[in-house]
Amino acid sequence: MKVDPKGVLTGSYFLDGDHACCEGALAAGCRFAAGYPITPSTEVVERFAERIPLVGGIFIQMEDELASSIAILGASWAGLKSMTVTSGPGFSLMMEHIGLGAMLETPCVFVNVQRGGPSTGLPTLPGQADMMQARWGSHGDYELISLCPNSPQECFDFMIDAFNLSERYRVPVMFMMDECVGHMTEKVVIPPADQIEVVPRRYTTLPPEEYLPFKPDPDLVPPMVKVGDGYRFHVTGLTHDERGYPVMSAECQETLVHRLIDKIRRNARDIWIYEEDQVDGAEVVVISYGITHRVALRAVQMAREKGLKVGMMRLIVVWPFPEERIRQLADKVKAFVMPEMNYGQVVLELERCVAGKAKVLLAPHGGGTVHKPEQIYERIMEAAK
Amino acid sequence: MNKERLKPEHPMEALLRMDRMPHIWCPTCGIGTAVSCFITALEKIDYPLDKVVVVSGIGCTGRVAGYVKLDSFHTTHGRPIPFATGLKLGNPELKVVVFSGDGDIVAIGGNHFIHAARRNIDITVICVNNFNYAMTGGQVAPTTPLTALATTSPYGCFETPFSIPYLADSCGAVYVARWTALHIRRLTKSMVEALNKPGFSVVEVICPCSTLYARRNKLGTGLDLMKFYHESSVIKHGADTRELDIEFQKPMVVGKFVDRERPTFLESWNAQMKKALGEKFQPYGGSNEHD
Amino acid sequence: MKLWRTPLDIDRLKIPHGELHIIKDRCKGCGFCVEYCPREVLELSDEFNIKGYHPPYVKDEEGCADCRLCEAICPEFAIFVTTKEEVESVES
Repeated sequence: MKVDPKGVLTGSYFLDGDHACCEGALAAGCRFAAGYPITPSTEVVERFAERIPLVGGIFIQMEDELASSIAILGASWAGLKSMTVTSGPGFSLMMEHIGLGAMLETPCVFVNVQRGGPSTGLPTLPGQADMMQARWGSHGDYELISLCPNSPQECFDFMIDAFNLSERYRVPVMFMMDECVGHMTEKVVIPPADQIEVVPRRYTTLPPEEYLPFKPDPDLVPPMVKVGDGYRFHVTGLTHDERGYPVMSAECQETLVHRLIDKIRRNARDIWIYEEDQVDGAEVVVISYGITHRVALRAVQMAREKGLKVGMMRLIVVWPFPEERIRQLADKVKAFVMPEMNYGQVVLELERCVAGKAKVLLAPHGGGTVHKPEQIYERIMEAAK
Repeated sequence: MNKERLKPEHPMEALLRMDRMPHIWCPTCGIGTAVSCFITALEKIDYPLDKVVVVSGIGCTGRVAGYVKLDSFHTTHGRPIPFATGLKLGNPELKVVVFSGDGDIVAIGGNHFIHAARRNIDITVICVNNFNYAMTGGQVAPTTPLTALATTSPYGCFETPFSIPYLADSCGAVYVARWTALHIRRLTKSMVEALNKPGFSVVEVICPCSTLYARRNKLGTGLDLMKFYHESSVIKHGADTRELDIEFQKPMVVGKFVDRERPTFLESWNAQMKKALGEKFQPYGGSNEHD
Repeated sequence: MKLWRTPLDIDRLKIPHGELHIIKDRCKGCGFCVEYCPREVLELSDEFNIKGYHPPYVKDEEGCADCRLCEAICPEFAIFVTTKEEVESVES
């Protein structure tokens, strides 16, 4: 489906990642944003507040992140594409409704411009330490999708993917930027509207008397309805059956939660987005995501100059983790190096998938600034020993 | 011939999810009565019921959304108001009703309540006040009258409670009423008025909780509380909302207290944007525009 | 019913009649309908329903004036009234 051209600001611009993220959302058809000010993400909603009256939509600055994160679920059920934007401390408050969004299978996008933590941490400086929170932060068992852009252009491009994935799988999508990407200003090219593809919401074709709100299609995703269309449906955050009615039983829990998880796991091949460079025949593969990838590029270049065979893999979709590809690589390479701006989060998932078949080395960093290329380079050299 | 099938149906069945009955509320709980009044009110408003949505939070009253045969959402604790805000702004054609309890609306959801009132979001809040957290076993609430017993105030409540009408009024709600579950006709009328009123309207329903509040405080059953409401409620329309505090087992003032005009959030949005942006402003009509 | 004066149109006033329908198995025996029926038409029975509560029964079939207070106050949606065709005048 083509996008509504009203939201597409076609042209070449010099934009920072936050602004590009906002333009990506508008281009994808997002017409509702709710937010609460927090550094370093606020520029996204500032731009949205300025642009949306010209496009036809609504921005509301809510009283807190709890409110923002559930207002977007309401707007989504009303039929709008919606998003909220925050950073670490706000992301913690939003966990409640990431869980609700997963349970109610509500398409929406949560943008987290990551900063250093824990707690108030480093408001104006980068971090990548919310990656596990994005995956596991809300209570209970669920799966969702997380993307990591590494440039303003990608903030634009992958916001469209984020909305498309959320509509396609009826799941909240975490758009995990960081302060560096958010505040870095680069050239951003916004294509003409007719070159942007969006996934339309999967509305049911059944009449109200036959429709069951949580009866999945063969791909495990149930078709949706819009509030006000006469379906008189019920939706609850309690464990529910296909009718959407609460059922407090182990059987119903198994059916529902297993499907929520399988909906992502079984479709993971269609969700994964990653880039590879010279992994064939590589001894060491550096796996990174977000801004850290751009530092790793220099480190890999330094190692290659020393004659090492170093491959690179960049995760754009971090969750679900591309375990299938990692297993294939683990059979071939000697070691993996993962730099991340934390003391070991996504690397745990890497270790799990590598399962001892190759060495896994972490290049940790506490955040506040990006790695120095040398820090990653040293780990590569150590891995190659 | 099956005699049962010839019997006429209960007139409210069309708007109730009968496949979910009996509901979870205890004998002599008044929430069912509040729902009954709400169903009657829905029949009296001139609005297509396909466009009416009920949003509840968590708690005994939080279960209301699950029993009404309308588009309905059972959300998280304290958050039905911001969810309803998203729904209403997402599709302004909808009539959005938040039906939840006192703990949900003015304790954990208190911040959302005051800000939705301030913004004058065009929704109706029906807040059932049973003076305690009943679903979790009768804990003290921000509405528990002073000296009343609750499981977490075993020696008597010593915190000053909120008066919901005063809170709503002071934050800018355009319609505020309080009735008990016994005042069925007046409560229904207030619900109709609130539903028809553009802007943030609040109807507080004082409701007997037999199993927890009444039992712990040795007040008998819900029926005894209904009798108490009968004897001790004083109807005082237009009363100063500063004088609506509820004291333990003392006469309480009920009535319609506030009915005023203020532009709603969306009216203000459209007016301000038009003023600032002129022709460039794209008036907003909600999700139906994008079909 | 006690009137403080005789209405001027008493010859034209009709008392409506209703037929009560009690869905016994939905009842939780709260007694609201019994207590608040303005014409004291109902009474709790000794019989047990499927849930073990005592539902009300109609003790005065002719007494119902179709006011539907029981229908509105019942928290269980277990009682309702349909309008009977025949009516009596107030005077009779």
